Amino acid sequence: MIHEVRASLERIVGARWVRHRRAELATYTMDGLPTHEEWPGLVVLPGSRDELIAVVRCLHAADVPFVARGAGTGLSGGALAGDAMVLVTLTRLNRILHVDPVRRRAVVEPGVVNARLSDATLPLGLQYVPDPSSQTACTIGGNVAENAGGPHCLKAGVTTNHIVELEVILPDGTLAHLGSAHGDQWGPDLVGLFVGSEGMFGIACAITVKLEPVPAAIRTLLADFMSLRAASEAVSSIIAAGVVPAALEMMDRACVEAVESSIYAAGYPTDAAAVLLVELDGQPEAVAAEHALVERLLLEKGARQVRSATEGADRARLWQGRKKAFGAMGRIAPDLAVQDAVVPRSTLPDILERIDAIRLQYGLYISNVFHAGDGDLHPNISFDRRDAGLAKRLKEASRDIMAACVAAGGSITGEHGVGMDKMDYMPLIFDAETLGAMQAVRRVFDPAERANPGKVLPVHACREWHCVPSAREPEAALR
Amino acid sequence: MSDSLLAHLRGAVGADAIERDPQGLPRVVPDSTDAVAQVVGLAHEHGWRLRIEGHGTWLPADAPADLALSTRALDRVEFVSPADLVAGVQVGIPLETLRRRLGDEGMWLALDPPGRPERSMGSVLATATSGPLRQGFGPVRDHVLGLTVVTGEGRVVRPGGRVVKNVAGFDLTKLQVGGFGAFGIITECALRLRAVPRADRTLLARGPRDHLTSLARALTAARLSLSALELFSPAIAAESDWVLAARLLGTDEGVAAETGRLEAASDLPWSPLSHERAASFWHLAARAVLGGPVTLRLGALQDGLDDTLDLVAGVLDEGLVSAGAGSTGGIRWSGDAGVAALRSLRRTTATREIPMTLERAPWELRQALGHFGAYREGVGRLVGRLRGTFDPSSVLRVALEAEPDGR
Repeated sequence: MIHEVRASLERIVGARWVRHRRAELATYTMDGLPTHEEWPGLVVLPGSRDELIAVVRCLHAADVPFVARGAGTGLSGGALAGDAMVLVTLTRLNRILHVDPVRRRAVVEPGVVNARLSDATLPLGLQYVPDPSSQTACTIGGNVAENAGGPHCLKAGVTTNHIVELEVILPDGTLAHLGSAHGDQWGPDLVGLFVGSEGMFGIACAITVKLEPVPAAIRTLLADFMSLRAASEAVSSIIAAGVVPAALEMMDRACVEAVESSIYAAGYPTDAAAVLLVELDGQPEAVAAEHALVERLLLEKGARQVRSATEGADRARLWQGRKKAFGAMGRIAPDLAVQDAVVPRSTLPDILERIDAIRLQYGLYISNVFHAGDGDLHPNISFDRRDAGLAKRLKEASRDIMAACVAAGGSITGEHGVGMDKMDYMPLIFDAETLGAMQAVRRVFDPAERANPGKVLPVHACREWHCVPSAREPEAALR
Repeated sequence: MSDSLLAHLRGAVGADAIERDPQGLPRVVPDSTDAVAQVVGLAHEHGWRLRIEGHGTWLPADAPADLALSTRALDRVEFVSPADLVAGVQVGIPLETLRRRLGDEGMWLALDPPGRPERSMGSVLATATSGPLRQGFGPVRDHVLGLTVVTGEGRVVRPGGRVVKNVAGFDLTKLQVGGFGAFGIITECALRLRAVPRADRTLLARGPRDHLTSLARALTAARLSLSALELFSPAIAAESDWVLAARLLGTDEGVAAETGRLEAASDLPWSPLSHERAASFWHLAARAVLGGPVTLRLGALQDGLDDTLDLVAGVLDEGLVSAGAGSTGGIRWSGDAGVAALRSLRRTTATREIPMTLERAPWELRQALGHFGAYREGVGRLVGRLRGTFDPSSVLRVALEAEPDGR
């Protein structure tokens, strides 16, 4: 079946943009998480909205399942396709279609690289706020699929808070306009439902995002602590004082050591148990007042030293270690499993101790660099995938970490998504009825379950739901 | 409803939880999610149509039904975590009760929806009615971390969680918030809270409407950090002229500096209100929305406010009108209007790509027009399927779209 559609796809996009040789497919067998590997049957790269729509309609007619993929930087094994599937890669759909500085909106194609959008709007004094660590490579379409976060999402919210309208091609080849670029929803909040659906509801062809003004003043503080517990308590004290920093990030000693022994060395103290980065933004007087308050709270909670910077180059230096932490870890081992889980902020000290105990139990190298302000942990496990025993221990340790975070009242993912990697953990946080509801909603968008099959929902754990097509299928009355 | 079915109900929730509404309709007042699920399950099994009520202060309790279900006994605060700024509550809790409880612990929920203080949390969630603070803190959905929902079959679904960042599974909370109860009955919620700000200042500018919208555009261009910037018609502000109200929240130093910046960027004088007068002003403006039987909201951004307000004034009137004058936009109108005028307005706004949601109206209007009425391309089909999924036997009496056949 898969090869029967090849000729049709080549007619749509041109033979050059359909990849089928094994060497060509190798590029697409993984995403940013090296613990999952799948070989797609074909890869197709549409170059325009019309080509994308034609591709999806062709796959619908041929009853072939497909997986949408952006830059492949995801960390959940979510954008992998098996050999009976077509991988629809959207990186050629990379045009910024429209920027409206008055309304603070931009319309982009799904393959636009995250950082490129802010690069384009910064001369207008505007920015697109969500900034995943992979923002120089990841795409807005992928961010929509995963509801991506980033360091600066603590104050301004994650992707879902910045998307107002989507033009979507559903898996059956029909189009749907969700939301509105104006100041309110249009009907039920289907934009909110679609964002984070991990490519299982359809593909966004055009995305309307909110732009925000670049803050008038920014201050970055770097504090180091002799214990993770003290640093974690400092985080809670800042939030409890009513300050919501733009970013509030933590790195543990293992992470700092990796950074400081790499080319990304940022001058972080390597004898500290934890380093805290706090960024404040807003109007100058408010930022100055918050700076004084935060500095006092950091020192009260045991910070040895607090450094601060207001100018761009100085702030960039304080951030460098955090931004390049994942790259620096490449020196430790050939592979890195970047994990993602969320806990209530108040449980951070305990959960970090629990992760350390798990590290010792399984004999692994785990470093932590994470969004402390919202309790979003990234325990990073360095490993070598060629070592089967190590890979097995990694899997077991990951499960224990997830279970510990759930037991603390948290969630199995804060920004990376479920994909293939966390599917088995879903029953830890959702009962069979809720999983069944998710499955049923997926079938509303994709009754044949051809979009990104085999992800997110552990089918065996979902209670069965039946959708009654019903007389309630109102026509679009006015469009 | 037959005696035997009433007996079924009594068995499910106890005789004390069943009463009659003023028209004699049986009304069940369960105090737990399980009890709600049992009642809805019975309704699904026996083909009853169900009307959901809160405290009766927002949507009128007038949808024809076989049984009414009130959420007012679902009024418990399940947990409060000051360290995490999260609370879990049952949705029948009145907003004012919740506000006091959170305030005792130095926290607040940054929502100021229109209506009375005793309005239930569930009513705010189901209708997604936000107020002026959406400028600084976002719409209702941004404050919701997780929900417990009873579907039209009596299934209990628990999407979301209790943490402020969470992308596990599909975000069904978004479907329920603003779904007007068509996809289920929200019974419990986990809410994102904030620490009570140290400084809270409200200032008013008065003048002709066009002058104030022009001023609002200037303030947005000057990039002020305002938690609310709301335009009020004279009737809603109880003043002789239109009023632009600015609310600033934060540290003492930040609010003081921002007040200076606000005044410097304005060509009209601003009158600061005392803490008591400010509380009273916002409270009365929220209540004034109830001055007519119909309330609707329109999605219009700042640069389209004048035209859209003119349109509303032309088709309806400009009596009880408020508008988000900052970057979020949005217009709310209240008054008395018939089907023809509202349908005409919706048709015109749709051609301008402006969504119009009927937030509050008597059943006859809701049935004739629907809360949403018209959808964009491809959406009606999805909404129909979602209703078929969450309420397959049409137990929940909600008119999302016009129901010309009187279903």
